[in-house]
Amino acid sequence: MSVRVALHSRSFLERGLLLLVILIFLEGTVLTLGAASSPDISAQDNTGGHDHLDDHRGIAGSHVHPNYTKKAFPVLSLDYHHIQVPFEISLWVLLASLMKLGFHLIPQLSSIVPESCLLIVVGLLVGGLIKLAGEEVPPVLDSNLFFLCLLPPIILDAGYFLPIRPFMENIGTILMFAVVGTLWNAFFVGGLLYAVCQIEGTYLSQVELLPCLLFGSIISAVDPVAVLAVFEEIHINELLHILVFGESLLNDAVTVVLYHLFEEYSGAGEVTPMDVVLGVICFLIVSLGGIAVGAIYGILAAFTSRFTSHTRVIEPLFVFVYSYMAYLSAEMFHLSGIMALIACGAVMRPYVEANISHKSHTTVKYFLKMWSSVSETLIFIFLGVATVAGPHAWNWTFVSVTVILCLVSRVIGVVGLTFIINKFRIVKLTTKDQFIVAYGGLRGAIAFSLGYLLDKNLFPMRTMFLTAIITEIFFTVFVQGMTIKPLVDLLAVKKKQEAKRSINEEIHTQFLDHLLTGIEDICGHYGHHHWKDKLNRFNKKYIKKCLIAGERYKEPQLIAFYHKMEFKQAIELVESGGGVKLPSAVPSQVSMQNIQPKKLPPPVAERALPQFTKGREEEIRKILRSNLQKTRQRLRSYNRHTLVADPFEDGWNDFILKKQRLIELEKKVRLMSNYLTVPGATPDSPTMCRARLASDPNAFYNIKASSDGVPTIQVDLASPQSPDSVNMLNEFSKRGATGQGLGQREGADRDEDQGLMMKPAGKGEKGEEEGGNKNPGLMRCLSDPGPSNEDEEDEPFLP
Amino acid sequence: MGASQSAGTEHEFQDLADRTGFSLEQIGNINKRFRQLTNNEETLSREDLASIPALDNNPIRAQIINAFFDKRNLHQNETGTVQEIGFEEFLLVMTHFRPAAMGLTEEERENLRREKLRFLFNMHDTDSDGTITLEEYRWVVEELLSKAGIIGQETAKAIADAAMLEVAGTTRGKMEPDEFYEGITFENFLQILKTFDIETRMHVRFLNMDTATLRCGKSK
Repeated sequence: MSVRVALHSRSFLERGLLLLVILIFLEGTVLTLGAASSPDISAQDNTGGHDHLDDHRGIAGSHVHPNYTKKAFPVLSLDYHHIQVPFEISLWVLLASLMKLGFHLIPQLSSIVPESCLLIVVGLLVGGLIKLAGEEVPPVLDSNLFFLCLLPPIILDAGYFLPIRPFMENIGTILMFAVVGTLWNAFFVGGLLYAVCQIEGTYLSQVELLPCLLFGSIISAVDPVAVLAVFEEIHINELLHILVFGESLLNDAVTVVLYHLFEEYSGAGEVTPMDVVLGVICFLIVSLGGIAVGAIYGILAAFTSRFTSHTRVIEPLFVFVYSYMAYLSAEMFHLSGIMALIACGAVMRPYVEANISHKSHTTVKYFLKMWSSVSETLIFIFLGVATVAGPHAWNWTFVSVTVILCLVSRVIGVVGLTFIINKFRIVKLTTKDQFIVAYGGLRGAIAFSLGYLLDKNLFPMRTMFLTAIITEIFFTVFVQGMTIKPLVDLLAVKKKQEAKRSINEEIHTQFLDHLLTGIEDICGHYGHHHWKDKLNRFNKKYIKKCLIAGERYKEPQLIAFYHKMEFKQAIELVESGGGVKLPSAVPSQVSMQNIQPKKLPPPVAERALPQFTKGREEEIRKILRSNLQKTRQRLRSYNRHTLVADPFEDGWNDFILKKQRLIELEKKVRLMSNYLTVPGATPDSPTMCRARLASDPNAFYNIKASSDGVPTIQVDLASPQSPDSVNMLNEFSKRGATGQGLGQREGADRDEDQGLMMKPAGKGEKGEEEGGNKNPGLMRCLSDPGPSNEDEEDEPFLP
Repeated sequence: MGASQSAGTEHEFQDLADRTGFSLEQIGNINKRFRQLTNNEETLSREDLASIPALDNNPIRAQIINAFFDKRNLHQNETGTVQEIGFEEFLLVMTHFRPAAMGLTEEERENLRREKLRFLFNMHDTDSDGTITLEEYRWVVEELLSKAGIIGQETAKAIADAAMLEVAGTTRGKMEPDEFYEGITFENFLQILKTFDIETRMHVRFLNMDTATLRCGKSK
């Protein structure tokens, strides 16, 4: 048995490797072909190549001759130049995505080697292939391309989903590492390198101080892309993750300032104290300016999203475009684009999420993840290609000293800073933490791009710098990246807790916040909590009113959290096919009866346990069932104006819709019968119904067959595979609209219930009898449904 | 007790410092604040605390004020409340908010957690019967949401119910329909807030409390 399994896995592994190799060869060949026929390479062969191809195909060429002689009409011709650029771009993106796909097919590989390493290797291979083919490797990691196209998605993704609370709690530490740490690294590495260069016998004496310092500043910055790529796979605890990651984001300002400073003055050859002062001012302007620009765009985006309730489809676009413009505007002024992007994402997120629909939120999330994933993959591949391509000037001394110095300076920097920081921190950083922070300081493509940007004339040793930068990047990504995971396990560093946020924790977080604020007020001490509280109140009173549409802004955080939790539970409920496996957030073993004090006599009017009449219960169950079936069978809409329907979300929206109608119906029913004991819910708070339903899923499923006449139903929701979906809604509303009494409804129920389980064909018929169906597509459940109902789009994300 | 003499003697402070773990300087600062609040009298009453204007915005202010007068927090083994407290009792309540020192043993850390969680528990358990019943929990949630504007009673109840269900589920597991879960006991409370890191979260920085920054919280 095990032999067979081993064989099977081995063959799978082989298959996977084979697939990879084939993919690489394919891409390499096509690219080579593309390079071969690109005009700048073989310009003179242009017409010749065309003719050659044409002759090969036996088709007449389409050149215009001075004396026009009639040729056969070209029924098929090849024109690569026409589409060359987009084609090659798409090819690269395709390669990146296929690589990503391929790696995950081979689980053994991806567990040992981090993805970034594999991608660099792929890049090396592709670059090698292109070079073997004799063509010039295209300069893919062009700085413009990198900074304007590849980097922003990754940073936006990071900024939009930045966990604000831990970030703010540790902001002092993060800033210390980012600013002071990077400065220390830059000067230490630059200075010592200069010293080494001056040593006789290294043939490096022409490297002056300022270029060395410039080099130091380029190489000392921790790179967010590399950190993200590696840290995502090791699942380290939140504190360490946010420390290293926050540092990598915030050191951009320092890097920008140092880079420009040294680059400017390398020509002049010296830096005066005045320049240093200017540098400091520049740093403040760059960082604060970047944040300000980002915040402005963020507020604009939030404000715009307030009015999008009628055009839900383009909501995600606002998020992306405003953020990108924030980045570009910051770059325009040479401010820190990264910080602008982070500020924009972080500022706009709470307001935008309150305004946009659930689908838009999902879209934003998926697009950001998709783009950042592709960008990251491309960056690493391009790094590999650029390594093969770039002119290299290898100098053993320089390179090895660089690598060693970087490591040493990082360790010293982290240890020294932590010593100071720990005096101010409540949760001190242990040695293990310090080690991870130091070891996790990876360098990446930003350093390479900055080096690439250097002017060849001003910096004759540019190629040597580039070689050293690449070596350093390779070292950190390969050696540190590969070994950090086993080290984390070895040192037993605390991993990320997969704890689900329980509602108790949320309640107590809020409670504690208020308590501590209160204590601070009693002490008369305007501390941490006091200011946070003030900011929150200011936010609620003024800002939210402007930026959040409708009545949502009044919703306190606890309720928002509760809604989200309910929502998740309900999605789980729908996903799990109904009642077979109840969501774990609310334990199914305990129901309301268990916690309700028995001694309270259940007064008819206000029993907390929702007690539906039999008729209503069955209606609800019917609706649930029909809804669940719909979620399995709802197909995509091909209408360009609607988004692709995610069955579970649609199901949820349907669910809400049904419940709303249910509530309306319930009101009607209550008028007719006065023994309905459900406490009335206001029509505009589907929350009420959901609250009851969600907090007591057993309401439906504990049917106590006490009364007469009404058949008790086996709620067998384990058969979601029933082929026919019946549009229960229409039947229901049709009947409801005619104001039927309970009795009639029950009668119909009897038929319905039997029918659903046992006579699917009959059901289908019945359904089709309904004339004006709202969703005709659901009848022909296995064929193209046509455009779907768009009411559901209007539900905002946090209903 | 603290009401005997004017609480300005070094000796007394030293005594308090030894017992509560605050530094002399911190005790001095807290004392100054105490005198501000009480208008230089010996004892603090509820009205003194209630007159701090900054507390008006706090949704749980009643519970906070009560906590100071709750005998269970004053290391007394009785239940019930007192009408006034002296400086020593004030300080005792404050000790619950000291940060965790470095280098604590596991046991000390656990004790610290229990102490802080006990404080929280006492705040919820208003009738001092040792359990937080559904009604009390509902009250907690309602109070939390009280400053947030017009919130439906239903929502607060629903949230409290869901929270209670969660506690019952995690602590008692599967229950028969006729079993009854009386309320959250202290042990259950510890259990559900296990991952809460309370020893680091529940602290007030007494570090930089100097008289210059002390505000006179009273409105004249």
